[in-house]
Amino acid sequence: MLVSYKWLQDYVDLTGVSPQELAEKITNSGIEVDGVQALNEGMKGLVVGHVLECERHPNADKLSKCLVDIGGEEPVQIICGAPNVAKGQKVIVAKVGAVLPGNFKIKRAKLRGEESNGMICSLQELGVESKLISKEFSDGIFVFPEDVTPGEEALEKINRDDQVLEFDLTPNRADCLSMIGVAYEVAAILDRDLKLPEPEVTESGEKASDYISVKVEAPEDNPLYVAKIIKNVKIGPSPLWMQGRLMAAGIRPHNNVVDITNYVLLEYGQPLHAFDYDRFGSKEVVIRRAKKGEKLTTLDEVTRELTEDHLVITNGKEPVALAGVMGGADSEVKSDTTTILLESAYFKGQTIRKASKDHGLRSEASSRFEKGVDPDRVRQAAERAAELLIKYAGGEVLEGSVEDNYLNIEPAVISISLEKINRIIGTNISMAEVEDIFRRLRFETVTDNDVITVTVPTRRGDITIEEDLIEEVARLYGYDRVPTTLPVSSSTPGYLTDYQRKRRAVRRFLQGAGLFQAITYSLTSPAKAGKLALETREPVKLAMPMSEDRSTLRMSLLPQLLEVVKYNLARQNDSVALYEAGTVFLSKGANVQPEEREHLAGAITGVVQENLWQGEKKTADFFVLKGILQGMFALLGLEDRVEYRQAVIEGMHPGRTAEIYLSGERIGFIGQVHPAVQKEYDIKETYVFELLLESVLRADTTPLQYTAIPRYPSITRDIALVVDKEIVAGELEKIITEAGGSLLKEVRIFDLYEGEKLENGKKSIAFSLKYYDPERTLTDEEVTKVHEQVLEKVKEKTGAVLRG
Amino acid sequence: MEERLKELKEEALQLVEKAANLKELNGIRVSYLGKKGPITEVLKGMGKLSPEERPKMGALANEVRDTIAKAIENKQAVLEEEEVQRKLAAEKIDVTLPGRPVKVGNAHPLIRIIEEIEDLFIGMGYTVAEGPEVETDYYNFEALNLPKGHPARDMQDSFYITEDILMRTHTSPMQARVMEKNKGKGPVKIIVPGKVYRRDNDDATHSHQFTQIEGLVVDENIRLSDLKGTLEVFAKKIFGEDREIRLRPSFFPFTEPSVEMDISCKICGGDGCSVCKGTGWIEILGAGMVHPNVLEMSGYDPKKYTGFAFGMGPERIAMLKYGIDDIRHFYTNDIRFLKQFSVHE
Repeated sequence: MLVSYKWLQDYVDLTGVSPQELAEKITNSGIEVDGVQALNEGMKGLVVGHVLECERHPNADKLSKCLVDIGGEEPVQIICGAPNVAKGQKVIVAKVGAVLPGNFKIKRAKLRGEESNGMICSLQELGVESKLISKEFSDGIFVFPEDVTPGEEALEKINRDDQVLEFDLTPNRADCLSMIGVAYEVAAILDRDLKLPEPEVTESGEKASDYISVKVEAPEDNPLYVAKIIKNVKIGPSPLWMQGRLMAAGIRPHNNVVDITNYVLLEYGQPLHAFDYDRFGSKEVVIRRAKKGEKLTTLDEVTRELTEDHLVITNGKEPVALAGVMGGADSEVKSDTTTILLESAYFKGQTIRKASKDHGLRSEASSRFEKGVDPDRVRQAAERAAELLIKYAGGEVLEGSVEDNYLNIEPAVISISLEKINRIIGTNISMAEVEDIFRRLRFETVTDNDVITVTVPTRRGDITIEEDLIEEVARLYGYDRVPTTLPVSSSTPGYLTDYQRKRRAVRRFLQGAGLFQAITYSLTSPAKAGKLALETREPVKLAMPMSEDRSTLRMSLLPQLLEVVKYNLARQNDSVALYEAGTVFLSKGANVQPEEREHLAGAITGVVQENLWQGEKKTADFFVLKGILQGMFALLGLEDRVEYRQAVIEGMHPGRTAEIYLSGERIGFIGQVHPAVQKEYDIKETYVFELLLESVLRADTTPLQYTAIPRYPSITRDIALVVDKEIVAGELEKIITEAGGSLLKEVRIFDLYEGEKLENGKKSIAFSLKYYDPERTLTDEEVTKVHEQVLEKVKEKTGAVLRG
Repeated sequence: MEERLKELKEEALQLVEKAANLKELNGIRVSYLGKKGPITEVLKGMGKLSPEERPKMGALANEVRDTIAKAIENKQAVLEEEEVQRKLAAEKIDVTLPGRPVKVGNAHPLIRIIEEIEDLFIGMGYTVAEGPEVETDYYNFEALNLPKGHPARDMQDSFYITEDILMRTHTSPMQARVMEKNKGKGPVKIIVPGKVYRRDNDDATHSHQFTQIEGLVVDENIRLSDLKGTLEVFAKKIFGEDREIRLRPSFFPFTEPSVEMDISCKICGGDGCSVCKGTGWIEILGAGMVHPNVLEMSGYDPKKYTGFAFGMGPERIAMLKYGIDDIRHFYTNDIRFLKQFSVHE
């Protein structure tokens, strides 16, 4: 809502309150004012000019040479390029020395050899948005419709010396979608008098009811419909002050009739519609739901197909308007219109909202109906419009209004105790102060001891319960005066759950290991949604996505993490190490919430460790990433329960991928991205993992217990085993660990050899075995005995031989 | 003989004095004090001496031997020390060369902000609740006093999956879920961080996915002044002790009264600048007293219980706090962006 500061003064005296001060006061007590705009900002030197002579420029077809009286002693010559400039017009002239928006300075100039002392202006040149300029002047200069005197300040004449407050209204404050509503608010804030219009209409002898009948067939949607007939109107421009106020409020002037309905809409918040009575098609107005398949061509020349959801105004035969949204083209007021059927009605918000949404039409009218108009103003607004039509369109208002009324709206009456007001706000306000606040708001009250009973005017439909009254008191009392306290309830322990605590530990560990935390989008393309997923199901899709790329819920984190790798590599970030902890979504069937699982994924590429001047460089590989995961599992005490099994996964390198098992449950995978996929993403050799984080964080852990520091020396034996290439290290390690029994405390692999010194198809893996007994010093013989058992077992199970 | 011993002593001491290194010194030790050395040679002639002279000469020989040994020992210590010094000098490095870089990552700036806020509220006795990102229409809207067809649903155009299932538009649905779980009993003190989604085109100030932190306190005798106090603690802790706060009336369907909180602009100190659009104030969050309908729907007696709720956007807080100019940075994950948030102020 754009609120004209000058217009507002019709209702409330704003003496001593600047637009900026007013904006701040309004913001502090309820409605956010986004800004205050001076319509004449950055402009000066604009006067009314009278075009005395106008002829074609001798050297240019499209230019005119004009002699313009600008109030000085001598008229000045101005060259004008507008097609509509003509002798006798009153126009806006930017004099030599004038400044237009954008710091455009007007200088004396020569145009094709002819002197030009100023500029005749269009409204665009004065900073008026094109969409606000009436069609008449949209392609040329502005011409005053009334008698104005050359030399007078021009901006004042078209209300451009105004300032406009831009209200950012919350949906509950529909009452401030009208100047009168704003006036009530401002009068309450400033505690000043309120002066409202009191329409005076002299009716002619003829009865409106002889011209029209009204029948509401859908009283749920349309509880009140008021029609008036105005005869003998002369269509023409509306008065300049009205055009100026409309433009300030963001509405384009059309003609006097349309402008008057828009003016009253802005003033009362009540949308009106003017039909051309002679083109209406009958003498009866019937309001009903549309029939499926019915058609209506609206004012914007669009033919719309209607359904039973839409409320229409009909002439008894066919729709002539989409109720509350837009009129029909056939009954539009045109330059030859003489008799007007004026509609003022109360339409139900939800009905209008549906129609407005279905047809993609949001108008000043529909948005007000949607939020709820004041039922009390339906008739008042019709009277006000009638008054203005007499005054500015020469109309003759017929006697009476024709109505169909099902309206039954009583003002809300709410009682509240002073104790409750103070208990909820945390204040100690007196009853007298509370009464005074409601007096300022012009709400009627009755006080009985501690209880105040408030009758809420219908214009404030947002106030229905005690808490709403508390808000009125609090906001006008002033939030700055509310004390600052902390809850004094029973104390509660604040803590993170084990899950949250461990998740933080995992994040910190991964960050310490060199990975940056990323956050990517949950919505992706159908093609990416299930890529590299641990589990896929029927993808969950949005009903109305904004784009294909953001249409489907992800089932894995990696595809988007790889996008991030790609983005970074393309920007010379050559080494990338990232992780993300986020949700993936798995369908549980139609129309139920999908299963949400928290996953953890990581990706590394490029250098992981380097020191340039020492010539050291370690690039990412499988084991770098595996080391990070091992560290992470160790952090959670799970390292002994995790197993890596060689696996083939679509999209991953077939020889460099492992599935990860936790206590036998498959929880994720690690490996190199398949070269074909790397190519697809345009990335270098990249290693990734994705895990079901929930399983990792929820796995039972052994409570942390101290174990004694070794008091006796340990004995270490190294062995190199030659085995078939197919035998994996993990298997050997497992056999050794089992065979070593309780004395074998540590098994470490310290060498791997494959090459010419060995038989074809063989490899050698070297293990370092540490034996230790916490109770005593082991003897060589004891160790040898166990060690030989180990060798025997390995030999038996894998055919391994000691490397000579 | 005595002469000869004295000569040897002088000779040896001179050599020791001149010895340039440990090897030379060792040579001197072997040649003078060894079994085949000149002193031993001289002592071979002892047989020719008288019995009276023998002990005398023996003592002298021992004294010469000891003196030489002592001199060698001293010299050795000196030479060894010199050797150490030489070695250390040779080991000198350029300490201004860079150290081996430790590659570390860091938390995403949004998570950094969220954790900071979590910790603050945990300290005030809150727990951290998390809930589904795909919600039912009931929890996302209806339980929050936003029945179907409510005009305020316009404010948050949503990503629906079916008519009843949608991407949550705020973390507020957890209000109802947690209250239901607490079965009408207080106190409830939670904050709810998480991702939320709205039908917005991504640009410098809009993102179809963003994060939010919801707070909720429900108990007997919770007042608007408690909300004001809590938010002031939050604002001063997160934005600095010198910040002023201001509450303005606002509207949310799930709170009544509703407020928005502004903090004084750090850039201009309240005088008005482009960051605060000339007002001196910057909007930070929305809050209010829990609407009685919301309490009632979730099983709380609004006559007995009151509560407050607040909701804030970590993106906005991070943008203000760190001067970030484009919300898309949070989701592009450019390493050069992420890296900047490793510093602990």
